[in-house]
Amino acid sequence: MMHIPCPHCGPRDESEFVCGGTSHIERPPLDASDRTWGEYLFFRDNPKGLHAERWLHAFGCGQWFNLVRDTVTHEIGAVYAMTDPPPP
Amino acid sequence: MSAARLPPPAGPRVDRGRSLRFRFNGRTLTGFAGDTLASALLANDIRLVGRSFKLHRPRGIFSCGVEEPSGLVDVGEGARRTPNLRATLVELHEGLVAASVNCWPSVGFDLGAINDLARAVIPAGFYYKTFMWPDWHSFEPAIRKMAGLGRASGLTDPDRYEEISASTDVLVVGGGIAGLTAAIAAAEAGADVVLLTSGTHWGGVLGWRGNMEATALVARAAGLGVRLLTRTLAFGAFDHHLVCANETLAPVYEGTRSLTGVLRERLWKIHARKIISACGAFERPMLFPGNDRPGVMLANAAVEYAEAYGVACGRRVVIAANCDSAYATAAALRTAGIEVVALIDRRPASDIGQGLRQRAGADAASRDFRVIGEAAIAGVAGRSSVRSCTVIAVGGQARRETLECDLILSAGGHAPAVHLHSQAGGKLRWFEESAMFVPDGHAAGLASVGACAGVFERDAAVAHAAEVGRAVARGAMPPSAPVGGIGRSLASTYLANLRGKQFVDLQNDVATGDIHLAALENYRSVEHLKRYTTTGMGTDQGKTSNINALVLMGEITGRDPAQVGTTKFRPPFAPVSLGALVGRRVGPLYRPLKRLPAAAWHEARGALFEQFGNWHRPAAYPRAGETLESAAQREAAAVRKSAGLIDASPLGKIEIFGRDAAQFLDLMYVGTMSTLEPGQARYGVLLNENGIVVDDGIVARLGERRWWVNTTSAGAERTAAAFEEWLQCEYSRLEVLVTPVTSQWGNVTVAGPRAWAWLAALGFDAELAPQAMPHMRLRDSRFEDMALRVLRASFSGELGYEINLPADRVESLLQRLWERAPEFGGVLYGIEALEILRTEKGYVHIGTDTDGTTLPGDIGFARGLERKAANFVGRRSLLRPAARDPARLQLVGLAPFDGRTRLAVGAQIAPDPPPTLTQGHVTSSYWSPELNAPVALAMLARGAERLGERVRLHHLGTTIEATVVKTPFIDPTGARLHA
Repeated sequence: MMHIPCPHCGPRDESEFVCGGTSHIERPPLDASDRTWGEYLFFRDNPKGLHAERWLHAFGCGQWFNLVRDTVTHEIGAVYAMTDPPPP
Repeated sequence: MSAARLPPPAGPRVDRGRSLRFRFNGRTLTGFAGDTLASALLANDIRLVGRSFKLHRPRGIFSCGVEEPSGLVDVGEGARRTPNLRATLVELHEGLVAASVNCWPSVGFDLGAINDLARAVIPAGFYYKTFMWPDWHSFEPAIRKMAGLGRASGLTDPDRYEEISASTDVLVVGGGIAGLTAAIAAAEAGADVVLLTSGTHWGGVLGWRGNMEATALVARAAGLGVRLLTRTLAFGAFDHHLVCANETLAPVYEGTRSLTGVLRERLWKIHARKIISACGAFERPMLFPGNDRPGVMLANAAVEYAEAYGVACGRRVVIAANCDSAYATAAALRTAGIEVVALIDRRPASDIGQGLRQRAGADAASRDFRVIGEAAIAGVAGRSSVRSCTVIAVGGQARRETLECDLILSAGGHAPAVHLHSQAGGKLRWFEESAMFVPDGHAAGLASVGACAGVFERDAAVAHAAEVGRAVARGAMPPSAPVGGIGRSLASTYLANLRGKQFVDLQNDVATGDIHLAALENYRSVEHLKRYTTTGMGTDQGKTSNINALVLMGEITGRDPAQVGTTKFRPPFAPVSLGALVGRRVGPLYRPLKRLPAAAWHEARGALFEQFGNWHRPAAYPRAGETLESAAQREAAAVRKSAGLIDASPLGKIEIFGRDAAQFLDLMYVGTMSTLEPGQARYGVLLNENGIVVDDGIVARLGERRWWVNTTSAGAERTAAAFEEWLQCEYSRLEVLVTPVTSQWGNVTVAGPRAWAWLAALGFDAELAPQAMPHMRLRDSRFEDMALRVLRASFSGELGYEINLPADRVESLLQRLWERAPEFGGVLYGIEALEILRTEKGYVHIGTDTDGTTLPGDIGFARGLERKAANFVGRRSLLRPAARDPARLQLVGLAPFDGRTRLAVGAQIAPDPPPTLTQGHVTSSYWSPELNAPVALAMLARGAERLGERVRLHHLGTTIEATVVKTPFIDPTGARLHA
């Protein structure tokens, strides 16, 4: 079980959180093509290594935030606000 | 004292002054306090303990610890029976009851042993190859009965289990000298330390030899504030340095009776900044024909039984060896008074350690015990015990000799317990000299010390453990391990071309021939080998078999062990009872139900409660002689005829507030909400981004910036969560607050043609009258001292008032209404009646009539979509070609052609009986008291254009015809609703 550093509550057990998947996915406009919309809905990268994703501290402050996790080691790097851009 | 007990000072772990009586397979036996079940059985000269998994061969105690493959027993009686415990870990207590597993009618005479006679025809993969026609499932029950191990009680466990979390700077796993040393060093360097041992005692070998050093180390650790936990087995290392461990608590007695309902096991979840693994090593068994017989066991186990428990596992011992430590074993047994008939060393003289060589060379009787070099056991005589063994020279098989003995010890080398290291992501390397896998450096956050690091020389291990303890406490890199100190061992301990089965895995009955067969069938990966032969897949997870299996696999396929590699070490390291994992989440706490604020009031009025979602709600209020169904018919009829009262408090309620609340609701709902004036309400459907209908409910505007949102009862929490997610993650510029208020506001709904008369008689404000307040209007009001929020809406199709009020006033309002009910023909109605009423009206119930494929257009809510300005959630998905397919399932009404048979929910609609392509299915079906006929809703392909068509419905082998009809079934103009 991972130990996730909630930016508002501090480090807490993974069981208090919900993972919302890949972050920084842009929602296409209404006139997007079927292909673009389909990729937005169903296509995700599955990187081996660093992955920016959003988490909800569901049994805590109820806030969503972003973090960068290594999908191999589960090491957590940057933790940043929903509205922040991904770290370089 | 039994014949097998050795005189003191042997056996410091047992208290010879305290005899304990226990039962094994119906026999009453005695042992001593401090015994394990295994040591007590051996002390009573009981060799035959169980039968093997597949071939039902007789098996005895093989080890003295967690690695035990064959000494499995069911312990306890009735509801407290626990299956498949290792006799080597069960602490003896007064009145303990244990039974052999996997044998019938008894362990001595086992009918299943016929499998052993047929073993030539049950090789690896036998089940996969044989039981294929017509399919596995037709054979499964009989095979399951034959195979398998212990029996679970099948009853509710009366004892308690709990879970506890802890955090520490340094967690040390293993209570031997290396673990104690590392823990002390870390504590001295200022770290907060937790030290676990799975056993009952500290200090390993030193501890039971009565060496004061172990006692002193424990005292020192305690003095430094190290938290010491015995009987606590760390079974897994997980992400971010979490270690889970299972603590077994001692039975609690009242006199001689062990109490039930007591705490039995405790699951520890320990977050550590750094972990030190000091788990020791397992002895590797030798392979030879008959190596599974009761009376064949691991050499170090015999030493531990003799020294720690004072139990002689045999009196005349032959040792089959592949390592130097076997010589120390032989010496220790002699000291304990056990005769060593011979030590048979598999290795060439050049591999035997300095100082031991001379002895090995002297083939005849040496000073201490006889050593036969470069030789191996070729056979064992005796079935349920050992009588003798045959020895042959390696290479030249001409020389044969028979040795009389009653115990054969297997000393094939050592296998460091690298499971925690591997689970933490550490790599392994093959240490050729001693034929063992050792950690290749340290894993991230976990360092290994002592035997599990491959360090067997005592002083080197202690020095290394202390350095590692200090380093991890200070956050420094732990030094690498000085691997070695155990001499040379051969990788292979196997001689081909010998008669008789040589067992690699005792628990799963995998013999060398099975590995050969797997290789012959071209299995190469060790993971495939494991699954095909089932090596290492028993409750012992191959602790005594994996190394031999992969070495043999390498030998057959021309690879060295490093190339073959090990299977993945997955948690749990040892079996963990489900009780410990579940903890207190059992019974009513498994999934706690929500209760209505006025639950007691409903109970007093005869409510029949059922579970709806996670709520416990009245399904109906049956009178004497009524069933649930007949009560619901009466209640629904009364609502149509006069009036009814329902507690709708679970209805989801969310307050939305903010500058951008109207814009936000337009983004969330299919319908447009921003055009509502304060006091107006509108029905809305919620979609997910795929366009699927996920919830529905009424949205009302309370003020310019303030809204009242109703969701389904089941959807209250997930709808609020979805609102938050969209607000925080996508529409973060919007100023909106989402406040779930479901538990703050109760809901009392009055419906029926006389609903207003009933309310008016009580003195409800005249501005709520139907003439003053049209359908889909919301007003704040008061009744006596209660603040009300009254919504005129209806799920029944009748004039309806949904009266929201503080939850703690629900009971008073229900009571006030109920007192006047007789004057208005008023009834209490439950969920069943509500379902009848809404089905008559053709109102969908999200999740009942809809599923994970339903789009709003399928249930008639696509009107006005094109005109709406907002890009609401799911909108773009509704424009995809699949969403516009006219052949989609659409909501329709169905009426049985015979006018009287109720259609089955789930019945499939198709011209021909199954197997065929379905055109749809029945989603809701009730008897309508109003029409005195069945009514049903269905999702039907092209349903909207098939009105009037006769369709066939198939259900569980029956076929019935029905007509596709328009909904609603009653009041199509809505005259009752708008009354």
